[in-house]
Amino acid sequence: MSEQEKKSTEIESQVLIEKVREIELAKQKAETSDLQNLVRDNTARILNEKRELGTSLSDDEAKREMSRRSRRSFLIGGATALAGIFGWRLLPDETKQNLYRRAFEFNERVSQIFYSPKRLAPEFPREFAGARVNGMEGLSGEFNLADWRLRVGGLANRSEDLILTLDDIKALPRTEMTTELKCIEGWSIVCNWTGARFSDFIAAYQPKTRNGNAPDAVNNPENLLPYVSMITPDADYYVGMDMPSILHPQTLLAYEMNGAPLTPEHGAPLRLATATKYGIKQIKRIGRIDFTDERPKDFWAERGYDWYAGH
Amino acid sequence: MAKQLEKKHPLAIRWLHWINFPLLTLMIWSGILIYWANQVYGIKIFGYELFHFFPAWFYEFLGVPFRLAEGLQLHFFFMWFFLINGIIYVTYLIFSGEWRAILPVPGSLKRAALVTLHDLHIVKKLPAQGKYNDAQRIAYTGVILMGAAAVVTGLAIYKPLQLSWLTALLGGYEWARWQHFWLMIAFVGFFAVHVAQVALAGWSNFRSMIMGYETVDIETKIPASSLNETEGATTV
Repeated sequence: MSEQEKKSTEIESQVLIEKVREIELAKQKAETSDLQNLVRDNTARILNEKRELGTSLSDDEAKREMSRRSRRSFLIGGATALAGIFGWRLLPDETKQNLYRRAFEFNERVSQIFYSPKRLAPEFPREFAGARVNGMEGLSGEFNLADWRLRVGGLANRSEDLILTLDDIKALPRTEMTTELKCIEGWSIVCNWTGARFSDFIAAYQPKTRNGNAPDAVNNPENLLPYVSMITPDADYYVGMDMPSILHPQTLLAYEMNGAPLTPEHGAPLRLATATKYGIKQIKRIGRIDFTDERPKDFWAERGYDWYAGH
Repeated sequence: MAKQLEKKHPLAIRWLHWINFPLLTLMIWSGILIYWANQVYGIKIFGYELFHFFPAWFYEFLGVPFRLAEGLQLHFFFMWFFLINGIIYVTYLIFSGEWRAILPVPGSLKRAALVTLHDLHIVKKLPAQGKYNDAQRIAYTGVILMGAAAVVTGLAIYKPLQLSWLTALLGGYEWARWQHFWLMIAFVGFFAVHVAQVALAGWSNFRSMIMGYETVDIETKIPASSLNETEGATTV
């Protein structure tokens, strides 16, 4: 091999090496830019999430610091958890029942702050109406429909009960509504009700007021006594209602359901039908109504349910 | 090798997270006590019910039957604490800047899919991440939205007259109740995956949710897992 040939081979191989190097470099570059892209294309980067790193520590120091902090946190956390669990368990049942009752009453006050009598429950087409029987409390005793009378207490200018017949109620403006009844168990059903608005009943049979003047449910509802009590003739079932819910336009003293007089299991001859409360408040077969200053007793409230039970 | 302590979870986040755990548990438990009184939901295909919520053995095992009043008492007492805790949590996220660690961005969906493929051992590479990977970001932001949805659907069935516009917006009382129920199921699903992932991620990760810190090697400028060279375990 001549000198010249040797040289050209050397140059050739060097060119080759250079080429290989270039390819390798390009490959590396591509990889790093891939990597950079990958790092840049990162949610933490996009949102500028910061890391919080401490000072440099030796293995031992790091271990010690971690143990110290762990111990502290686990002790505080564990103590809090135990205090919570045992504190709750040790709380007497009576205290808990009081707590729940007060929570219901607190919720009631919050509800009343936001309450507006102008808001109405949606009404449905008449043909959506169905029926479902639930709750026979107060309906089991001997009962003669013909003998039924409604007794009303707490009226203005009279000390004895007012005694009314169904015709007296039917003489009041007739109102019909098709609303969704909600049971506190969770189900709901659309029902069609016909009866007298409770507010019309109040206008006709004036209850006592706080200041002794004639009641004016429209302009001065606060002057009315705050509660209404309703009881079945056998006194087995009883509900308490707040005056704002009583005065709501969708609260009826109903005598018809789905276009027919109430059947016994739906509360004949007269029941409460209201869009403002769960079914537990919509007492069947009302025997007496009282306007009162005191929060009336309530069958289901006595059994741990919300006295207000309002929508 | 030199070490650093990395602060993973601020004190407020840790307390709010752990307070939320019993509160959400109580809301679900009391919700089931209430639901028992009218158990109507199931998974149906072509009218055939594959699974009914819930089977009798489930109620018997947990002692659920005939505790509606208790369920309502618990639900309408603890709802306040669940709500307040949630409001404080979201407020804290906003003002502390912690939202940067849990909010997803549009690109998160793709990266979350890659994380899922990685966790299923289908691909080796794990997309770069900060404290949480993109699947976590979606899950954690999602569960906050679920909390908000639980409050909204709950309000719609709690005050269907005063908030009738809201109930109507959700499709009516029955639908709002259905949504409220399925949100509960979704919470249970989240919980199951969350606990499984925490168990897989290991002690150091779990401990950091209690004491706030994790140890990292100082050489690692970017956590090893985000360089994708190794099959780093995803942190949860």
